[in-house]
Amino acid sequence: MKTENPARPPCNIVVAGLGGQGVLAATDIIAEVALRAGYDVKKSEIKGMSQRGGSVSCDIRFGGQILSPMVPAGEADFLLALEATQLEPNRHLLRPGGVTIEPSVIDAGKLPQKKMLNVALLGALSAHLALAEEEWLQAVAAAFAPKFREENREAFLLGRAPRNQAIEKGAKTP
Amino acid sequence: MDDENRLLLSGDEAIALASWHAGVALGAGYPGTPSTEILEHFARLGGRAQWSPNEKVALEVAIGAAFGGARALAAMKHVGLNVASDPLFTAAYTGVAGALVIVSADDPGMHSSQNEQDNRRYAVAAAVPMLEPSDSQEAYDFMLAAIEISERWKVPVLLRATTRVCHSYSVVRPGSRREAPGAANFVRDLKGRVMVPGNARPAHRRLRQKLAEMAEWNEDCALNRIVPGSKSLGIIASGISFMHAREAAPEASVLKLGFTHPLPMRKIADFVAGVQSCVVIEEGDPYLAEAIRAAGIAVQAKAEMYRFGELDVARVRRILRGDTSPEAAPPPGKPPQLCDACPYRVVFESLRRQNCIVAGDIGCYTLGALRPFEAMDSCVCMGASLGVGLGLRHVLPPEQARRVVSVIGDSTFVHSGISGLVEMAYNPPPGGHVVIILDNSTTAMTGHQEHPGTGRNLRHEPAGKLVIEDLARSCGIRRVQVIEPRSGSDAFDHALAEALKSGQLAVLIARKPCVLIARQLKEYEQRDAEQPCPCHENGEPCAAAV
Repeated sequence: MKTENPARPPCNIVVAGLGGQGVLAATDIIAEVALRAGYDVKKSEIKGMSQRGGSVSCDIRFGGQILSPMVPAGEADFLLALEATQLEPNRHLLRPGGVTIEPSVIDAGKLPQKKMLNVALLGALSAHLALAEEEWLQAVAAAFAPKFREENREAFLLGRAPRNQAIEKGAKTP
Repeated sequence: MDDENRLLLSGDEAIALASWHAGVALGAGYPGTPSTEILEHFARLGGRAQWSPNEKVALEVAIGAAFGGARALAAMKHVGLNVASDPLFTAAYTGVAGALVIVSADDPGMHSSQNEQDNRRYAVAAAVPMLEPSDSQEAYDFMLAAIEISERWKVPVLLRATTRVCHSYSVVRPGSRREAPGAANFVRDLKGRVMVPGNARPAHRRLRQKLAEMAEWNEDCALNRIVPGSKSLGIIASGISFMHAREAAPEASVLKLGFTHPLPMRKIADFVAGVQSCVVIEEGDPYLAEAIRAAGIAVQAKAEMYRFGELDVARVRRILRGDTSPEAAPPPGKPPQLCDACPYRVVFESLRRQNCIVAGDIGCYTLGALRPFEAMDSCVCMGASLGVGLGLRHVLPPEQARRVVSVIGDSTFVHSGISGLVEMAYNPPPGGHVVIILDNSTTAMTGHQEHPGTGRNLRHEPAGKLVIEDLARSCGIRRVQVIEPRSGSDAFDHALAEALKSGQLAVLIARKPCVLIARQLKEYEQRDAEQPCPCHENGEPCAAAV
């Protein structure tokens, strides 16, 4: 565990999309990277109807000590939407000044496969977070079958590359 | 600190891991959100887990295992415990020889359920001890504690979790697998296990005596703890509400209750006496507040409006402020719908076209009640489509009665539709009745679990197969048809029209595998074709294979 002030606010991320888009897979990867970095991590997901094309969202929080597994409304640092229509229903969760990451930031034409949008958006998110690129790449690799690993790595880097400079400008630590 | 041994587990996975580590000999249940992953994960770890036809059977199997001296687990969602409540209440009297833990996974806010009943009431009604974990570490620890309590007092223990415990992931530092206690062994205890009145009367007294002992033990139990804080505000909380409350009021003193039935009333009274004001923070029913007040301890309870839905940090802040102003409704998301290629679409189009009155049931196909179909008129509980449809047929005037249809899925039919079918044959409405069994070869809604009608067990290995059409015929239904619902074909529409017109008792089985598992099913079939079914005897194929 990182020896940090537990009272320091956690990093709050909400991932939203539609059933079948890979919301849960995306949050699994974020959780894995935060766990490897030694943080306390909680992730709360709602499934059941998720494969029937309805709205799905998943909360992930990491930091010194996490209490509630749910991101309180108005306290999300990041809202990552895998589908543009899912931004508005979740915008109330963002804190003032919170960052939205939406599909339009990815050049879809360059995606190795259309369904890897979730991983590309994780790449975009990763540029805002002080978590090591190597850890991200390992977690992405571990999340998929070997035959899709290289393409998912490509998708991740496609999202991350244009924003690498953000890291120098002070990425978010919890 | 041992960083190697930090696992990020859901509450369900943590319960499964603890069961595995404690040498639970058998876990039984029926799939239901948010409980399903408990048995799936237990099986993945190597545990012996099974889907039973319904929760009642699952609990009975677990009771039998615990009578035999083994450690047993029954896992189900909150409404599943309604089905299993009959054995629960009397197993409390009989007690067990080994250990029996019943996991009730409640769903406040109804993310995937037909009601938000608070199953803490069952602990009181059945007089069984109850533990409530707040996160995955506690789900792990409390499962182990539940086994110990069950073995010490020889009673079934209710481990009550909620969606945000079951389906939230948090860090767990688990122990290691221990050797299971001694082998299962039957020891006759006729007076203790045969609940005829003469044995049940003393059994009830024994149970109450055990509860009194447990209440005393609970006063110093480490499952309850105090988070020290300001003397001006005290909070009493359990389960996930504890986490929300700690975040909403980090300065408060908190009495966190883990062992919530029977309650440690002296500990509660001492805590309340030590703070200026004390608020009970709990989701659902005011179970704790009512019990504490009934014991003569003055605490504040949440306003009635917070009985509805889940709590979260913001709502707990409102409760602490005494804010009862209306809450903003969250913006609507996109509702789920039947998959584009779902074979059931054809059925609901037909039902709509033929203006049927549809007694529906629980599963993916409940989405037939939504647009564009709006072809369902009731949905009550698992299996209710048959009884409700029959009741409507019995009383409605003929021009309405002849349009009534019961619609039920394959897994739900096996769960609790069979007795409805027997009822139909036994008490037939004068104008007949039509039952549609939607058979997609899986329990789709909860994530594609097997059931007796698929012919595969929880591990997807070949198992005895219930043939639904044979069962219907053996109930005495003559008009039994199996139809493949295909878009572009009017075969189903035609069969439904004929059945409705016939005035007979009819069962139409609309059979086509769920599109989401079609490929998986082919793999199973290919695999099974290469190895004989385990029930083959003397080289003769079993009924399921022909």
